[in-house]
Order: sequence, then structure tokens, then C-alpha cells
Amino acid sequence: MIHSLFLVNSSGDIFLEKHWKSVVSRSVCDYFFEAQERASEPENVPPVIPTPHHYLISVLRHRIYFVAVIQSEVPPLFVIEFLHRVVDTFQDYFGVCTEAAIKDNVVVVYELLEEMLDNGFPLATESNILKELIKPPTILRTVVNTITGSTNVGEQLPTGQLSVVPWRRTGVKYTNNEAYFDVVEEIDAIIDKSGSTITAEIQGVIDACVKLTGMPDLTLSFMNPRLLDDVSFHPCVRFKRWEAERILSFIPPDGNFRLLSYHVSCQNLVAIPVYVKHNITFREGSSQGRFELTLGPKQTMGKGLEAVLISSQLPRGVLNTNLNPSQGTYNFDPVTKLLSWDVGKINPQKLPSLKGSMSLQAGASKPDENPTINIQFKIQQSALSGLKVNRLDMYGEKYKPFKGIKYMTKAGKFQTKGLLRGRAWDLKN
Amino acid sequence: MSASSAFNDEKGGSSNVGEPEYGHDPASGGIFSSDYKRHDDLKEMLDSNKDSLKLEAMKRIVAMIARGKNASDLFPAVVKNVACKNIEVKKLVYVYLVRYAEEQQDLALLSISTFQRGLKDPNQLIRASALRVLSSIRVTIIVPIMMLAIKEAASDMSPYVRKTAAHAIPKLYSLDPEQKDCLIEVIEKLLADKTTLVAGSVVMAFEEVCPERIDLIHKNYRKLCNLLIDVEEWGQVVIINMLTRYARTQFLNPNMNESLLEEGGGEKAFYGSDNDDDTDDEEDKEEKEKKKTEATAIVKRKPYVMDPDHRLLLRNTKPLLQSRNAAVVMAVAQLYFHLAPKAEVGVIAKALVRLMRSHSEVQYVVLQNVATMSIKRRGMFEPYLKSFYIRSTDPTQIKVLKLEVLTNLANETNISTILREFQTYIKSNDKDFVAATIQAIGRCATNIGEVRDTCLNGLVQLLSNRDELVVAESVVVIKKLLQMQPEQHSDIIKHMAKLTDNIQVPMARASILWLIGEYCEHVPKIAPDVLRKMAKTFTNEEDIVKLQIINLAAKLYLTNSKQTKLLTQYVLNLAKYDQNYDIRDRARFIRQLIVPTDKSGALSKYAKKLFLALKPAPVLESPFKDRDHFQLGSLSHLLNAKAGGYQVLPDWPEAAPDPSVRNVEVPEWTKCSSREKRKEKKADKPFYSDSEGESGPTESADSASDTASGSESGSGSEESGSGSESEESNEESESASEEDEEEEGKKKKKNVEKIKARKPVPESESEPSSGEDVKKSEKKSKPRIGSSESESEEDDDSESESSESEEEESEEESEEETKKKKKTTASKPPSKPPKKENKKEKKEMSLLDFDDFDPAPSPSQVTPLNNFLSSSLVTDLEGLSLTDNVLSPTTIIPSGNLKTYELLHRITGEGLSVEYCFSRQPFSPDPHMVAVKIQFTNSATSEAKSLHVEDAKLQSGMRIKEFPEIEVLPAGETISVVMGIDFCDSTQAANFQLCTHTRKFFVSIQPPVGELMMPIFMTENEFKKEQEMLLQSLGQLMGMNEITEKLTLEEKCQGEHAVVQRVTTAANLSRVPCGSDKECRFAGKTVTSGSLVLVSVVTKEDGAAQLTVNCEKMVIGTMLVKDIHQALTQ
Repeated sequence: MIHSLFLVNSSGDIFLEKHWKSVVSRSVCDYFFEAQERASEPENVPPVIPTPHHYLISVLRHRIYFVAVIQSEVPPLFVIEFLHRVVDTFQDYFGVCTEAAIKDNVVVVYELLEEMLDNGFPLATESNILKELIKPPTILRTVVNTITGSTNVGEQLPTGQLSVVPWRRTGVKYTNNEAYFDVVEEIDAIIDKSGSTITAEIQGVIDACVKLTGMPDLTLSFMNPRLLDDVSFHPCVRFKRWEAERILSFIPPDGNFRLLSYHVSCQNLVAIPVYVKHNITFREGSSQGRFELTLGPKQTMGKGLEAVLISSQLPRGVLNTNLNPSQGTYNFDPVTKLLSWDVGKINPQKLPSLKGSMSLQAGASKPDENPTINIQFKIQQSALSGLKVNRLDMYGEKYKPFKGIKYMTKAGKFQTKGLLRGRAWDLKN
Repeated sequence: MSASSAFNDEKGGSSNVGEPEYGHDPASGGIFSSDYKRHDDLKEMLDSNKDSLKLEAMKRIVAMIARGKNASDLFPAVVKNVACKNIEVKKLVYVYLVRYAEEQQDLALLSISTFQRGLKDPNQLIRASALRVLSSIRVTIIVPIMMLAIKEAASDMSPYVRKTAAHAIPKLYSLDPEQKDCLIEVIEKLLADKTTLVAGSVVMAFEEVCPERIDLIHKNYRKLCNLLIDVEEWGQVVIINMLTRYARTQFLNPNMNESLLEEGGGEKAFYGSDNDDDTDDEEDKEEKEKKKTEATAIVKRKPYVMDPDHRLLLRNTKPLLQSRNAAVVMAVAQLYFHLAPKAEVGVIAKALVRLMRSHSEVQYVVLQNVATMSIKRRGMFEPYLKSFYIRSTDPTQIKVLKLEVLTNLANETNISTILREFQTYIKSNDKDFVAATIQAIGRCATNIGEVRDTCLNGLVQLLSNRDELVVAESVVVIKKLLQMQPEQHSDIIKHMAKLTDNIQVPMARASILWLIGEYCEHVPKIAPDVLRKMAKTFTNEEDIVKLQIINLAAKLYLTNSKQTKLLTQYVLNLAKYDQNYDIRDRARFIRQLIVPTDKSGALSKYAKKLFLALKPAPVLESPFKDRDHFQLGSLSHLLNAKAGGYQVLPDWPEAAPDPSVRNVEVPEWTKCSSREKRKEKKADKPFYSDSEGESGPTESADSASDTASGSESGSGSEESGSGSESEESNEESESASEEDEEEEGKKKKKNVEKIKARKPVPESESEPSSGEDVKKSEKKSKPRIGSSESESEEDDDSESESSESEEEESEEESEEETKKKKKTTASKPPSKPPKKENKKEKKEMSLLDFDDFDPAPSPSQVTPLNNFLSSSLVTDLEGLSLTDNVLSPTTIIPSGNLKTYELLHRITGEGLSVEYCFSRQPFSPDPHMVAVKIQFTNSATSEAKSLHVEDAKLQSGMRIKEFPEIEVLPAGETISVVMGIDFCDSTQAANFQLCTHTRKFFVSIQPPVGELMMPIFMTENEFKKEQEMLLQSLGQLMGMNEITEKLTLEEKCQGEHAVVQRVTTAANLSRVPCGSDKECRFAGKTVTSGSLVLVSVVTKEDGAAQLTVNCEKMVIGTMLVKDIHQALTQ
């Protein structure tokens, strides 16, 4: 399975290595660097690179490449999924997963990797178990440790390792018993220039933060479970009850976890909450182009659009822009040709717009592409699909917990194409 | 804090690249400190008494390791702290040890005793971590210690420790592959573990050490299926992948009927329409023909019924499609793709589409697999077409893969949407992606005839695109498309000819030139002009363009030499002095070929044929075609090349192997026995280790256990009848294997000794005194040690044999041994009586231990009843082995109405047809074999020579006795031979090759269950007693061995005679004489193991009847009931 792991930063330095079997020379990464050089963008490095004696499987997260060295057949997703789990664990432990954080906590990182893999095969990947084995570093603890000489490492085998609920440790105690659920939906859409939807789908997750004493057994039911087209669960959810009653029944892990992710099928018509009108023209022979962009809310069920951010990759011929936003700030990077406009909140009475001119490279031919416009936004207190939690019940414990549910909608990969479709080739001829 | 400071210090110390590593204490560091002194401060800290200092030092050292700095010179200082009380120090020392022990083997040995102590610690965490480190330090000397530790840990109380043991198995295996056999034993034991914690890890070990031993899975199959949902995610992946392979060997293809019928008809026609004109070649027809014949064969076969175990697997994996872990979802998806009936595969599409919203690496892998799947099962992903639409923010590699999937999904109905989508892609900034899109359009155009013209026109429009790359790519694709129907498109060719003035991309220029040359008769005026222009620029062209210019010149010269002769000469002359030798060679070659000179060779006549031959249009295929022979989701599939350690996904078997191998005994018993086993294992451990130290534990162990299990199967068959007989033969074979060359006389004497020695030892599992237990297990292990030792332990042999049987070894036995057994059986009647009692007890034991697949125990539990039967059978058996012709069965068996089956059809056999029937005669060379009469008919015009059997592929335990080679079979002649097959009492087919001097044919013989038995003679009383006993012996297991079914006899079949006739036709049984004509009884025993088979048919009023079958082998019983039922009602 996983032979070795190398962590490579964006400038191509290996800043951490760990071997689970015999040592593999770090020169094996040269193949990786080669591929990295060939790739135009950082994310274009192929995840699987065969070398004469090994296979390199890598993931890119937080601008760090996690490069696993494999020697024989293994499902590539197995490795990729594990590497992502490693990143998640680091994030969980250190708050961020940056090169600096990893370097600062190199010993904890090493201890974690040691626990997570044995002989290249995953051993303990549940964050609850790991946290019992290796305490996450907090400022208080590090101070105490330096004074008393005590350690981060637990002495007992975590109970979860052996129990039927491996994701939860026993003996959890809280004074305030709380359970919060965030229903977050993301809308992915491709919209063509005329405003008609090409594809749109909603994906949602329910993230939970559960701080409950003892071994609570929760059930969560929905008003309209039929909306959920395709779901994937945290291992704690009892699949049978979902199949039979469409009820989420589970013993929650302690702390933060993702309970459920779901998909709302595209067959249900998705209401697009925002519209964009844009008109970008380049005149042949002229070194000026015109840029006009207006956006406004649409079917938001009375909720306001917040944190709206527009970004667009302008054609290479554009040298600079001179635009006027009616609100917010805009920025154009002449090197990457990336235009971004932080609109902020949309006021339905006064629609935000961005207008102005672009200067083009002299002599360059007219760019033929109308750029794609990516939109980000948030809608608080609303789940676009209309999913509603009906009730949350707790069994198995006596106390009464505090429960909270929050809804939010975000734009995922939401883009408007600059091109009107179906004009170029007439398919009827 | 401390950790961070350690690292920062570290960094500070060596921030300049190339600066040597110095100590971190500023006092000791510095340029002047000499090299051997480096790390002195760390050593000091490690030597100190304070844990905090040690910890600090270890943290710095680990930080060094993490950055890949060499810290090996600290080994002695670090290894001292391995016994440190502070658990974090200890852990870090472990980290260090695992990293450097391989380099410093001698010093590493110092730490071993600490781990050994750790292995005995009451805290399971410490035991586990000790084992982890011990097995992780790759020091060859400690292999025996590791082996011992693993064995011990495998029976630890704590499942966590057992899990660690499972993890340690592949480590040891990679260190010393010689240990494989011992490790397999441990794996086998751990496979039986019932905790979810262990399951994943042990299957992982199984996959790394002995993936070929699929037989170890049988017993655990159902358990694994049922546990699966509770196993941790990573284990699930490994188990699912393994079970996919398992299922491919054990079950029948659920799409068997469909795939043959459909692909022959419906689906083929569909594809045919896709590529209407080009691919209807010979090969295709041949394939169709083959399929047709297969299809007809299918119709004859029984309708497919899915094995319940197959269903179990599919049912239990399905919920895992909802896993949050992409690897698990992918594993289930590939399982469904490879195993599920076509109609059910669809469920995976949704889950796979869901995975596409995950990280881009996950998307990448999933899309690769979807691309492969979408070729085979296009309909599955069609509803999700839009999910594969490309976003401008996708990385290029994802875009290209999505494009691939979209292309695969394209068909007549959705092509217009897809093409519209493609058009927008062409405008993208990402040029690689644009190129791929144009290629994709080309593929759609070739596959879907309706849109070919549209695409072509679209592509021609692209020729006026401003971007040269787009134009170039279009030219290349257009070239391919035009090749399909050049006549209609001379205007496009003309248009392209004009492009030569502008396009600079060499590949595109070359393509245009090729097109003009190839179709110069369609553009007779333009072609010479193009050549003229090209001749001008020849020297400045790229190499591939130059080659095409020469090519064009040659073709024009051949078709239009009047106009182009001089031009061609000129081009060739230019090429003659080119820098590139390829071009010079080509020019020389072409000149010789086309320009007629007086010396020109024979080839110039054919120049036209050479250059102007009709070229087949290129087939634009998906690069993912045919990738599905790799198991999906695997690395090999992704790379489209076999990765090291890849296990080939086997093809479905022709006939399903015996499903009963997966049957597991009643749980209560399993529990007690496994406990017992564990106890035994524990007890004999010290013994093991000793022996390992002395002699290699592998070879001799094998042979001993083999013989033991072999003798079981042999003995089992006799036991059923005699009871007393077999024991002796066991001993005999045992000793025979020990000292093969020993003379008979000595053996005899020894046997007597053995008997004496054994007599006082009462053996029964039901009441083992603990001391005895230990003793027994010690003995048990003996024969594995080595032949030298087992020699002296005669009296243990039979015990070892009985306990050996617990280890469900595949029963392989060499034929000589069986024969030898027979000989001794026959030759020593006097020694029988004293052993009888012993025997019975032993059998009780074996009754528990044997599973269905093992030879069944005898029914004789109740002592007094046993006597007459066994003696009668003994004589029978004696007769068998002595005369080969026992009970003259002719009186009982209706002969003449033997059913013949076809082994090889005249057409497939190319004139040689082969039929077989079960002759129902005892097979003289080996009574455990079923005699099969094979009749060869040569209806060809020439004679067939040297007919023989080769390369038998048999299920474990099955044996085959080939017929002597037939040297010549003249045309038109028929010849019969007899061969023997030991089917091991299962209806699994024996597969082998039938060879002639020219050809080999794969054939298989599948016995009906009724042919797996031979008749025995019995009186009515005997019959009743036996029947009663069979029921009693299994007491609470009632119903296990008696199957009763009510049926209505068919009209023609009413009446005693008809019943007898039909039953005996269906099964090789003999009638038991009986007073009443309302009852018919039949008796027989299975050929291999000799288990009794009793059948009675009681007829009642108006055709109603009751059929009862008693047999210890449930499977045989069940199948027999079915067959007889069928025989009587039809």
C-alpha cells in the first residue's frame, strides 16, 4: 500500500517525508517535479504518475502537494481519499493546513501519521480516536507540557477503537449540552448569455456540531425528505432506518462532523436566485472595448443576496480596464487578466452595475470569446431546495439538549457563459 | 511549543543549503566543531536522567528525520531509551527505530527484548505497539521471533492486538517470503475472526500474502458479507475488491443468457448502425456466428438462477454506495459493474456522479472509470449527461476526461445537444482542451452517420478560425473524416488546398498534402499546383511535411506524369541532399520505385498498387475501449498497464463450482471448536518456536499435513461402510509417507505397536482432560516438524491425523497413496477387531470437524448396529480392491438405458465427435472414481491421430485417470474408451483438454448427481436400521440428512416397476428387496467418500407418493431429491 509520503510546497521543496516501509529515496519525487513543470496550472499535475519502480499518487490541498509513493497495485481512490483524510486531520488539529503549521507541529504530524498508517494500511483515521491517542496542541497544553514534562500522547487505548461506535469516545461530559446543525446548500449552474439555464443542480450538506454528554442517540427527520435525491452518510447513520422511514438515526461523533451530504436532482426545476446581464464588446481595429455588467436578484424568496463576488477571466488581448462600479470594489490583474468585483449586498431597489472601457493590445486581433463570468453569493436563512428539518429527538440520555438549526445557500460553481448557444453551426442543414 | 521550537532551531541551524548539520545548542554548534562531534548535545540530552530533556532531544531528532536529514549516527544513544517510562519518548524512539533499524541491524537487536517484554504487557495498547514496532523493524535475524509474536498475537484476547497481528503478516512476508506457509495458517485463523476490527486487516494480509488461496475464503464468505457494513471504510474497500475476484471464480455469469443472445442480436445491430459502412468485416461475422452457436447452446442449458450467495454479496454491498468515502463507493461500483446482472448495474451511476463533486483528484479517477463503463453500458449514464458538462474552471485533465465521457454517451438522440455544447468549448482559452474537443467532434462524426456532414461543415468553418491550433487540429480531423467518403467532398479538399498558403502547423500541412495526394483524381487541377508551391518551399519545411511532399509528388507522378514529371524530379533531387537521412532514404526509395529506368526492378510494376491502394478509413476509437478487462477502480485500469501485484480478474466459470463449500456448520459447534483450537495452538507454541529454530518449518510440514488430509478422504470412504478399516489405512499411509522405502513387514509390526499404544488413550473431544489436550496438541504439531522426528512418534499419528482434519486443507492425495492403502486394507484383516471402539470415537469427532466438502463420516454411531453393516461392507470393499468387480450389479441395475451426453460436437470438433456416458461400472484402477465411457467418432475425411487428454483443470481434490492414448482413429471409425474421474462427490464439472495431433479442444464433463454414487446391496432390515441411525446420529440436526418430498407420480409411472426403472435411471442405486409393493427402497453410496445414500419411494392412492432421501451430504441429498422427483413426475 502506501510506501512513503512526501510533502511538497508550491516552490517544489520537499519539506516533510515519512516512510512506512523501507526508505524510498526522495529522488523519486523528480518524476513528480517533471510532471509539475509540464503542467500549465498547479492543478493540472496528473494525480497518478507512473515511474519505473514506483507510482506517485498526489493530491493538492492548500497549495501543498501530498505525494504518496506506491509500489504495487492499490485502488488509486483509496490513496487519494486517504491523503485527503490526512489533510482534514491536520486541519482539524492545527486549524489550518499550511506549510508553516506543519513545520511548527512536525512531531505531532509525525505521531499522527504513525497512528494513521501501519505498514501503509490505514489504522486509525477517525478524528475522535486520534484525538484520544494524540492530544491536539493547544497553547495551554503546550505551556503545561513544557513545565510538567507531560506529553501529548495518551496512554490508554481509545475506547472507540474497540466499541461498536468507533467514532465516539466514551465518557464525554459537557455542562452545556448543545447540538447545532447547519444545512448548507450550494447551487452549481451554467447559464447561457440569454439567461436560460443549461444545467443547475443543488448539492447540500448537513454539518453538525454536537456537544452532548454521554451516549446520546439522535433522530433527525425532515418535512420533505423526498427532495433528497442522492445521499451519502457519515458512517454513524443507520442506513436501514433511512431506507425504511427516511429518518436519520445516529449516535453522533463528538464535536464537528459532516452528517450528510445530498443532492437535489436536476429534474426538479431549480430556481436561480440571481441574474447577470453583461455586454462585452470589442471593436475590430479599435484599441478600446466596452464592458457592461448588471446583476440583480431573482426568485430569492424574500431573502437578500449577500457577499456577492463576481470574477471573470478576460481575454488575453485586454491590457487594462477602466471600469466604474456602482457599489463595492473591483480589481483587475493585468498579468493574470483576472477581473474580480466584490459587490457585497445587493439592494433590490438599486441594482449594482459595473461599466467602463477596456484597453486592448494595439494591433492584436479582436478576441473572439466573450468571457465566462463566475458568481459567488450567499443567502442566509434559506435552503434553496426548500429542505426543512422537521424535528430532532434524543434518546438514551436524560438531560434536555439545546438544539439549533441554521440554513444557508451558497453559490458553488455558478457561471454564466459569454456565448449564446446554438448559433455557430446550424444543425438542421 | 516545544515541538515548534525544536523545528525552528533545526531550521536555524541549517537554513543555508549545503551547510553541514551541527548541534543545536549554540555553544556546541559552529563552524569549528568537527564532524564526529555533531549531535553531541543531543546525545548528552538522551543520556540525561530527565525525561523532559530526552523528550526534547527526541523531538529534534524526529524533526530531522521528517526533513530527510540523516540521524543514523545517534542510533546507540537513542536505542538505549527504548525502555523509557515516558510514553511519548518511547513512541518517538519507536519512530526512530523503525526508520533506522534496517541500517543498523546489530544495534537494533538490543531493543528486541524490550519488545518481547512489551508483548506480554497487560495493557493491550502496549502489546499492540510492541508488535507493531517489532514487525516494522526490518531485521532478518529476528524473523523467527516475529513469527512467534504474530502467532501469539493472533490469538490474543484483544481484537486490537489481533488486528495488529494481521497488519504484521505482510510485513513479515515482505521480509522473508519463506514464511509464507506459516503465515497462511495465521491468516486462515484470523479470517475466522468475527470482529469487524480484524476483518479488513486480515483480508489485506490475505491479498498481499496469498491472494491465490481463494479456497480460504469459502468458509468466511458469508460472514464477510454480513460484517461488511460495520467494517471500517478502508477495510471495506479491500474486502469488496477481494470478494469481486472471489465471486468471479465461484458464481455464474448473471448476464450469461442475455449477453449472448442480446449481443448477438440487438446490441450488435445497434452498433452496426453506428459504423455502418466500415466495420462489417470478416471478423465481425465470425464473431456473430460463434455467438449464435453459443446462444443455441444456452437455450439448451437451464435458465440461470442466481446463487443466493451471489445475491447476498450484491445486497450487502449496495448500501455502501452511500458511503462518504469515495474509495468505498468506487469499490462497490466496480463490484456491481463486474458482477451484477445488467438490469441492476444502473444503481451505481448516481453514486458515481455524486463523486464527481468531490476533489479534483477524485473526479479524475472516477471519470476514468466512468469513461470505461460508459462504453459498455452507455444507457447507465445517459440520464446524467449534463453532469459531465464542462466548466471553464475545471482543470484541463478533467475537461478532457469529461469530453471523453460525453463522446461515449453521444447517440442519435442527444448528439445535437452535445454538439452545441462542444461548440462552446471550442472558444475556450485552454488550447489543449480545444484540440481535444475537435478530436471529440471527429469521433462523434464517425460514430453517428447522421451528423457526419454537419460536423464536417462545422469543422470546415473552423478552418477559417483565427487560431492556428484550432485550424490545424481541424485539418487533421477532417482528413480522417474525408477518408470515409472522399468523392462527395472534393470542394472541401479544394478548400483545404488553399489553406496550405496560410497554415504553418506542420502536422496540419502534412495532413493536407496527404489528402491531396490521396485524392488527386478528385482535384486534378489543383494538385499539381500545390506540388509546385511546395517544391518552392521544400527546403524550409519541417520533416513530416517534406515526407508528405515526396509522397504527393510520387502519387502525382503515377497519375499525372505529364504535368508533374519535372516537378517530381526536382523534389526528389532536393530531397536527395536533405540533412535528414530519413528523407534522403525515402527519396532514393521512391525514385527507384516510380521512375522507370532500364535497371528498375520488378517492384516498379507495382508502384501504382503500392501508392494508390485503397486505404481503410481510420477507426476513431475511445482510448478507454477494452480497458474493462482490468478490474475497474484499480491502478492498473487507470494506467492501462498491469501494475505490480495486480490480481487478474478471472473470467466467469463455465459451470458453477460447488456452492456447498461456503456452508458453515452450526454456530454453536464452531464456537466451541474454535475455542478449543485456540487453546491447542497456545499450548504448542513454545514447541513451534523450538522447531523453527532448528529446522526450516515449511517443507516437511507440508508433506505431513498433506498425507494426513489425504488419508482422511481415503479413510472416510471406507469408514462409512466399515469403520474399522480405515484407521489402519490411515496409519499406513501416514507411515508410508514418512518412510517411503520401508518394507511391508516392518510396517506391519509397527502397526501392531501403534494399536497397542493407542488403545489406552481414550479420545473424544467431548471430554478432553486438559492435560491430554496439551499432549495432543503437542503431538499434533509433530508431523509438521520434520520427517526425522515424526519417525519416533508412531503412536501419535492417528491423533494428529484427526486433529489435522480440522484444518480444512484441500484434500489432495496422490494416487499411489490410495493404492497403497487399498493394498494394506486388503492384506490385513486380522488387525481389525481390536480397533473398532477407538474408531468410533474418532469418528464422532470427525463428524464435527468435517464440513460438507470433506468426506463424510460414517453413520455408525450406535455401536451394536454397526457390526453387521460394516462387516458386510468390508467384504464388499475387499472385493472391490481385489477383484475390481464387486457386486455383480447387473442383476439390480437396469443396463442399456444409459444416457449419453455430448462432449464435443462434430462441427466444433472438426469432424471428430465425442460422446460420453456414465457406464455405471466400477472403475477398476481406482474405485473412488466414476467410470466415464467416452466414444469417439471420426466423421472427418482424414484420420485423427494421438487422441489424448491434457491439462486437466480440476477443482481441488478432483482427480482424473486418463484413458490410454488412442494412436490412430481412421476416418469413419468409432472407438470407445473408459476414463475415471474422481468428482469428490460434487457435481462440479471436470474440465480438461482433448487433444488430437493437430488441435486441442476444451471440454468438460459434468456429472448428474445420480452418477456420483454406486449401488450397494442391503436387506430391508439393514436399510431401516441405517435410515434410523442416520437420523439419530445427528440428533438435533434432524432434517439435515433426511429430505422428504411429496409428489404426484406421472400416469405412466404408476406401478412398482416403472418407479424402480425411473429411479435407477436417474441415480446409480440398487433396489433393496422389500415385501410391500407400495414401497420401493434403494441404496447406494457416494463414490468418493462412500457416504450412504438411501432412497425410498412410498406410493399411495392415485399416484400420490412420498419420496425420502437420506444422505449425510446435504447437498447430494437435495440434488438427488430434485433429480428423482423430476424423473418420477415427467
